[in-house]
Amino acid sequence: MSLELLAAGAMVVSLMFYALLGGADYGGGVWDLFARGRRARAQRELIAEAIGPVWEANHVWLILVLVILFTGFPSAFAAIATALHVPLTLLLIGIVLRGSAFTFRTYDSERDEVQQRWSRVFSVASIITPVLLGVTLGAIASGTIKVENGIVTSGFWRSWLAPFPFAVGLFALALFAFLAAVYLTLETKDEKLQEDFRLRALVAGVTVGALALTVFLLAGEGAPKVRAGLAASVWALPLHAATAVAAVGAFYFLWKRKYAWARLCAAAQVSLILWGWALAQFPYIVEPDITISSAAAPPQTLRLLLAALALGALVLFPSFYYLFRVFKGRTAFAPLEEGEPGEKKE
Amino acid sequence: MAMSLAFHIIFAAVGIAMPLLMVIAEWRWQRTREEVYLILAKRWAKGTAILFAVGAVSGTVLSFELGLLWPQFMNYAGAIIGMPFSLEGFAFFTEAIFLGIYLYGWDRVRPRAHLLAGVLVALSGVLSGVFVVIANAWMNSPTGFEIADGRPVNIDPVAAMLNPMAFSQTLHMSLAAYAATGFAVAGIHAYLLLRDRKNLFHRRALAIALLVGGVAALLQPLSGDLSARAVAEYQPVKLAALEGQFKTERAAPLRIGGIPDEEAGETRYAIEIPYGLSFLAFHDPHAEVKGLEAFPRDQWPNILIVHIAFQVMVGMGMLMMAIALWAAWRWWRRRGALFESKWFLRAVVFAAPAGMIAIEAGWTVTEVGRQPWIIQGVMRTKDAVTPMPGLVVPFIAFTVLYLFLAAIVVWLLLRQVAASPKKEVPSAED
Repeated sequence: MSLELLAAGAMVVSLMFYALLGGADYGGGVWDLFARGRRARAQRELIAEAIGPVWEANHVWLILVLVILFTGFPSAFAAIATALHVPLTLLLIGIVLRGSAFTFRTYDSERDEVQQRWSRVFSVASIITPVLLGVTLGAIASGTIKVENGIVTSGFWRSWLAPFPFAVGLFALALFAFLAAVYLTLETKDEKLQEDFRLRALVAGVTVGALALTVFLLAGEGAPKVRAGLAASVWALPLHAATAVAAVGAFYFLWKRKYAWARLCAAAQVSLILWGWALAQFPYIVEPDITISSAAAPPQTLRLLLAALALGALVLFPSFYYLFRVFKGRTAFAPLEEGEPGEKKE
Repeated sequence: MAMSLAFHIIFAAVGIAMPLLMVIAEWRWQRTREEVYLILAKRWAKGTAILFAVGAVSGTVLSFELGLLWPQFMNYAGAIIGMPFSLEGFAFFTEAIFLGIYLYGWDRVRPRAHLLAGVLVALSGVLSGVFVVIANAWMNSPTGFEIADGRPVNIDPVAAMLNPMAFSQTLHMSLAAYAATGFAVAGIHAYLLLRDRKNLFHRRALAIALLVGGVAALLQPLSGDLSARAVAEYQPVKLAALEGQFKTERAAPLRIGGIPDEEAGETRYAIEIPYGLSFLAFHDPHAEVKGLEAFPRDQWPNILIVHIAFQVMVGMGMLMMAIALWAAWRWWRRRGALFESKWFLRAVVFAAPAGMIAIEAGWTVTEVGRQPWIIQGVMRTKDAVTPMPGLVVPFIAFTVLYLFLAAIVVWLLLRQVAASPKKEVPSAED
């Protein structure tokens, strides 16, 4: 296992946690917009309560991805930041608006018009941001970012204004909405609210399936190398099988109202999708010109980075565990506490 | 990027220092069981939450902007100076986690654990500031690599972090955060105290804020001296610019005020203190101070901006120091007297923005003063910038966004403040 491989792996792990934790926060915003019916207010309050203590911490995984990228693979960072300047700027605006709107809503007047105003900003931003995140990743995977001698030659628009990246964007949005709905079923003891989110999770899950297919089909033209990786490599079959099992499992447990297991399966599904993409793109950080080794920083830097990550993990994971323990209590670790030897989620 | 930084630094400074204020308040509550302390801790925690959230998102913007605006800088320097950014990320992560526990866990964790969470927030806040400033110090005094064929080689990230200006810069910024926040908070409570002199809540608040702000303001000139000597050694052009020193001379005078005239090569209307600059920069009144004339014209920063910004920063610092001394003297003479004097309270209100102004001015000095370099002596700013055209569009977009955020934050904080408790103190004894 080389240093740069470890660092690249750390990036994917960080991205995975961002999707599983921060992604669900965005998904919460989606359901805030779609809060309907007699329990609309209760739905919104549940989402706010669930996100409140953790959204800031969940958000930091993205910064970690960025930091590993620019410390460990600086030329890749430079290329991505140049070619995808526009979607990344829009992504940032979305992140700023979402975070601020959520905070302002929490601390501003309780009056309905005020709350609704901030909710609107919060939920719209929560929808746009995952789409842009997906667009960014889709563009990176698509092979349309060309770099010659360290200079990006493919321009500022071509790599991301295309069907494939946008399909990935919608796919990301659906995944996050799905995750959020599944998580939320466990955040409340109110059975009616559970039913509400169970329904939403099922609908979102179907959407995820449809979009997954769309992405796969569009990848034929839009991201041929990644498509080849997803379809033809030696690990492709077991990976797809595992993802399918997780997806079916999530549906099954949702149907049967076994929400703790549904949560585990949904998380596994999203993780496998992310790793599938990473493995399909391996060894490229940016298709087709930048590989993990070509962009890697010198070994001293990578060693220090990995040491810092290890040390950081030592401090962070227990802290995270504590945070989730305090606020999510049984719900986050329910499958473990039911006596089943389930996988460790954190 | 300057716009984002100017915005972010205020929120970052508060994010560093407010947790200390709120922890002191909570600690006093746990010791004395005086209810005002609990209310104060919770009130300050809310303020921290609002400011931290905005600081966090603006910080995210900055991490991206490093690449969006300066891809060539990041390409060159990422491997060298990426480490402190990673460490800052971890410190920030820790702060976010424990702030979540602190804000939402009043009734969920034991009091000791809650206070400890607050302490961790305060510590990780300072640490993240230290790490990020280390990265900036490296830009001013780059170490930890050699150049071969225009590329950096033999990269040593640890040496890069231990660059010569790291200590003075991190000390100076940390103290600045405490001084600025302390004075800003003190100003707010002093203002409310002027309306309601016997209010115990505001008295307690003012005391804590002045303690933190005042101590920092008194230590800051010492830190400033350290910084000045470091700049004299490693960035002599910057020193010449901020002092308006055009000629190279021994026994150079310290110039207070004055307007530098680049064409004429002199700084006019300044009050000159003989030997002052040589003494401050080198602790030797007869030391030679390099003037701007000793450097090629194309390596000069904008002298006018740098010099004036420096005077503003020092002026604000002196103001805060004076008030800190006044407060200390009043407290020593008779404790209650701190809150009785209308003039003192007015002065505190007047000085409320001084620290923040000093921070903005100081960053102007150090960043504009380093131009035309983005990495001193190694890479020019114009060679580091993105080729993306039409940067004026994101610039305007982010400026509008930040102005909007600032307005909302101020408004929210005012509403918080306006809802202050009207607690009377039975007797004026503390």
